[in-house]
Amino acid sequence: MRKFAALYAAIDATTSTRAKLDALVSYFREAEPADAAWAVYFLSGGKPRQVVSTKLLRQFSAQLAGIPAWLFDESYQAVGDLAETIAHVLPDAQRASDLPLSVWIEDRLQPLRGLPETELQHRLHGYWSELTREECFVWNKLMTGSFRVGVSRQLVTRSLATVSGVDIRRVAQRLMGEWKPSAHAYLALISQDGAVADLGQPYPFFLAHPLEIPPAGLGEVGQWQAEWKWDGIRAQLIKREGQVFLWSRGEDLITDRFPEIARAAADLPDGTVLDGELIGWQAERPLPFVRLQTRIARRALTPQVLADAPARFIVYDVLERDGEDIRERPLLERRAELDKLLGDGADATLFAPAVVLAESWDALEKLREESRERGVEGLMLKRRGSAYGMGRRRGDWWKWKVEPYSIDAVLVYAQRGHGRRASLYTDYTFAVWDDGELVPFAKAYSGLTDAEIRKVDAFIRTNTREKFGPVRSVKPELVCEIGFEAIQASPRHKAGIAVRFPRILRLRSDKPIEQADSLRQLQAMLNG
Amino acid sequence: MPQADLIITTAAGLYCPAGDFYIDPWRPVTRAVITHAHGDHASRGHAAYLAAAPGAGILKSRLGDIDLQTLAYGETVAMNGANVSFHPAGHVLGSAQVRIEVAGEIWCVSGDYKLEQDITCTPFESVRCHTFITESTFGLPIYRWRAQRDIFADINAWWQANAQRNRTSLLLAYAFGKAQRILAGVDSSIGPIFCHGAVEPLNRVYRDAGVPLPETARVSDVRDKSLLSTALVIAPPSAQSTPWLRRFSDFSDAFASGWMQLRGARRRRAVDRGFVLSDHADWPSLQQAIEATGAERVIVTHGYVAPVVRWLTEHGYHAGAFETRYGGEQDESEEADDAEAAVKSDVEAIAPG
Repeated sequence: MRKFAALYAAIDATTSTRAKLDALVSYFREAEPADAAWAVYFLSGGKPRQVVSTKLLRQFSAQLAGIPAWLFDESYQAVGDLAETIAHVLPDAQRASDLPLSVWIEDRLQPLRGLPETELQHRLHGYWSELTREECFVWNKLMTGSFRVGVSRQLVTRSLATVSGVDIRRVAQRLMGEWKPSAHAYLALISQDGAVADLGQPYPFFLAHPLEIPPAGLGEVGQWQAEWKWDGIRAQLIKREGQVFLWSRGEDLITDRFPEIARAAADLPDGTVLDGELIGWQAERPLPFVRLQTRIARRALTPQVLADAPARFIVYDVLERDGEDIRERPLLERRAELDKLLGDGADATLFAPAVVLAESWDALEKLREESRERGVEGLMLKRRGSAYGMGRRRGDWWKWKVEPYSIDAVLVYAQRGHGRRASLYTDYTFAVWDDGELVPFAKAYSGLTDAEIRKVDAFIRTNTREKFGPVRSVKPELVCEIGFEAIQASPRHKAGIAVRFPRILRLRSDKPIEQADSLRQLQAMLNG
Repeated sequence: MPQADLIITTAAGLYCPAGDFYIDPWRPVTRAVITHAHGDHASRGHAAYLAAAPGAGILKSRLGDIDLQTLAYGETVAMNGANVSFHPAGHVLGSAQVRIEVAGEIWCVSGDYKLEQDITCTPFESVRCHTFITESTFGLPIYRWRAQRDIFADINAWWQANAQRNRTSLLLAYAFGKAQRILAGVDSSIGPIFCHGAVEPLNRVYRDAGVPLPETARVSDVRDKSLLSTALVIAPPSAQSTPWLRRFSDFSDAFASGWMQLRGARRRRAVDRGFVLSDHADWPSLQQAIEATGAERVIVTHGYVAPVVRWLTEHGYHAGAFETRYGGEQDESEEADDAEAAVKSDVEAIAPG
């Protein structure tokens, strides 16, 4: 635990990717495989469920610290993070323990689940008294299932490739899917052996960056392949040895959520891996994203749910063909393979829509303006000669979205943020006018610079009307331009509408609140 | 029969009716008794000032040519019906608690204080009193400081590692007090030490008062720029992300403050390192200081007022609060009124995403 906590501290203390990589490499060089396995698991985003309830953690730690519950809560309000609050209020460690991470997890953390309260309390008080503040913080993070640190899975992969000398792509692929930490699994991860781990193992997804310059800056239009950008669930479809696997980008296996896709994929030749987008589809049109979400959210996939949100898999790339990894081949060739594979089955469950053709950037920009009517978010631009990369490498894939919807709304509630934004008011609720009243319609967390956040924070502190626990109602005075990607009717919300990805485009300090927009204007967008 | 309160709050600041003077007033008054020279306690525009003698140099350098009378620590002066004396607060050079005695009733105003000793100022001395008016800047149990020798060991190690890579160590710290405490605490054999123009004049005042500080120079006076690469540079927090920093080709930055205790505050500061070094009492020190006064009544000012008052009340004190305009250790600090038990929000999430 000591070395892992030190690794956490080293990563947390720097913003330099180089320094983080160095810290990871020196950790993995030293670590025992059993500990390294857990480190890989946690650092690449693995989150076991919380083993002890927040309520009990508060109770046990307040007890050990000798403070009443209300004072613990005051402290938590100031810190904004439960694991850190506990680490700060507890007395200093009485005896040092240097048990390995794997023992802390396998012999201590995992057995906590389901223990009776008195036994839990006894064990936790003992464990806490063995940990320094830094170690205690990390341990609490692991217990609450909220461990997060500023490294990408790709950086972890890179460090493992550096330590082992195994090709980074191979490490990355072995790490995909449901990787279960153990000494054995760690050794397999960095093994020089050729065997690809698992039948259902997906490839790392290649991700696009938003295009922030005019497309002419990308060079010749002819070097780029344009595709419509769909608003669905990014997924990878695998058919190997007669079995079908559907993985979401979050690396959840979702095959059973989409039986119609699984059925259609059964006809694919073995040794095929496709990259694409799951989309709800009805009457020749994509359905709004929230309809598709019901397929993931509902526990039982009743015939009703299936009928309400029929899904298709829009394929835009092929990564494996006849069992061969073809990610290194140029996009142009992979696209040709894809067309051979799927043909022109435009009404099929699996289909590869034709690429968008235009002779010039201007012409493409014109086409892009049709995005809203087509129910898409804009265009994707992919370099025709490019390989299928890994992670968020810049340069070959760009998303060129249409401008978001926007509306001027009034700040009415505010709540404190977490982590870096703890103790600042950064979570805002915005309202629009309806018959002389302000109706809340969206929450937005992002879009402001640090300087603007401080300004708004100060405004909120001096213009609070009422407090409801962590939430404050604020004197309606501040107008912001709110952007969002999509809008739809929603009886569950007070305003009767729900918007997707709301964020603050800019402060409109120049606008009096009377000039903010109205619910009617939002409703008009529904039909637009 | 309890006496009338020796100190009350007024629009101009804390006021002693029996002695007809104010303590650390924020509006111009006839007679101001000053606990220490930080800007939120010592303001301009008063007709006459009274302060502890070791703080005279700092007060004059900050406020100019004021009508200042000073007393040695422990020396008593009669002001109308009140006997007034200063007692070391251990916060910065010249900082004092103000003891007021009227007909056997004793009150003490803490100003800002810390219990841990350092050589830049006279150590805190406890004052027995009936009523103690205490600051509460770090009045939550999450604030427990490590011993300063450990913090200085961390600062030295950071400086040493930077110097080995020919990288300037830029340490942001308040110009008055914190900066000099750091100078006195670091290992000056590691490399040269330079200070921002806002810090250097205060170093001079400290040296004039007999505080031994290592040799320093203004950054702008450094001729041989190669010296900067192994140097420790001390600058006020306001220097962060200003063009002033352009003179350093490669540097690591750090911030020294009690607020650096919290990860969120460290991340907001966006510096490489946060050193938890405060000139204020932490949670255990507050309890210890209050207990040592023997006071039955405690009045809490600037900081985490509400929780400290509640904690003291639950521990048998007659506790209350004074609202002041003192800032405590400056940061984007918490408001005192901000601390209410978390009640579950009744505002529901409005939109998905």
